[in-house]
Amino acid sequence: MPTATYDGIVVPVDDEGFFTDPGRWTEPMAEQIAKELGIDTVTDRHWTVIRFMRAQYAEKGTGPTVRVLGKTSGVSVKELYQLFPKGPAKTAAKIAGIPKPRGCI
Amino acid sequence: MADTATIQKVSIIVSKGSLEGIYPALIMANGARAEGIEADLFFTFFGLDAVTKKHWEHIKLATVGNPGLHLPTLLGGMPGVPDLVTRYMERKMDKLDIPPIPEFIEMIADTGAGIYACKASVDLFELDKDDLVEQVQGIITVGEFYEHAAGGQIIYT
Repeated sequence: MPTATYDGIVVPVDDEGFFTDPGRWTEPMAEQIAKELGIDTVTDRHWTVIRFMRAQYAEKGTGPTVRVLGKTSGVSVKELYQLFPKGPAKTAAKIAGIPKPRGCI
Repeated sequence: MADTATIQKVSIIVSKGSLEGIYPALIMANGARAEGIEADLFFTFFGLDAVTKKHWEHIKLATVGNPGLHLPTLLGGMPGVPDLVTRYMERKMDKLDIPPIPEFIEMIADTGAGIYACKASVDLFELDKDDLVEQVQGIITVGEFYEHAAGGQIIYT
């Protein structure tokens, strides 16, 4: 299984770089992952989404879709795409250290 | 992440005005944006109903001439049946977290996708900009569509 090193810690990831064990993620890893994905500054708004992703994953076992994020995270769909231009659900899941959400909506 | 052979941009043409004609295009456009792919929607002919104020809340499933529905054509044509079957399908989609068409189009516009109406069809149905929902960014010619679509994939639905 592939691994990645964040904050000096080796963690298992899948072929696309998503964490396979979200328990291994720590907050200091987020900035480095974000940078790799082209997000140079992780703002408070990014953190709102990242924490929401982790909370949803902990509760439901899967990350939320963009629609759910837009309705319940307190960040609108428009802003989500400004924060994560390469796709909010996918990018935020990777930064938040949870598996890639699988859904068609 | 592999950068080889990725799709960067899609232009999706919506030519049908039935529920099952419109949803696949919306799902593909929204899904493209969710993957970071640039996306434009181009509504033409009966597909225009999806972005027409008067019709976008009343899109119906085709209950006649639709073998995939497995409903006898005579039954499908009876009064009330299209509404009934459409409502049934809408309830099923709601359970799967698929938004109603107006909400879906608003959401797709918010993702930064382009939404355009076909000029020939707007003229044919004697519509103007005020008849179309606010998410429509422009009424464009086929030539302008090709300009928008340049460098990407074109998907016709």
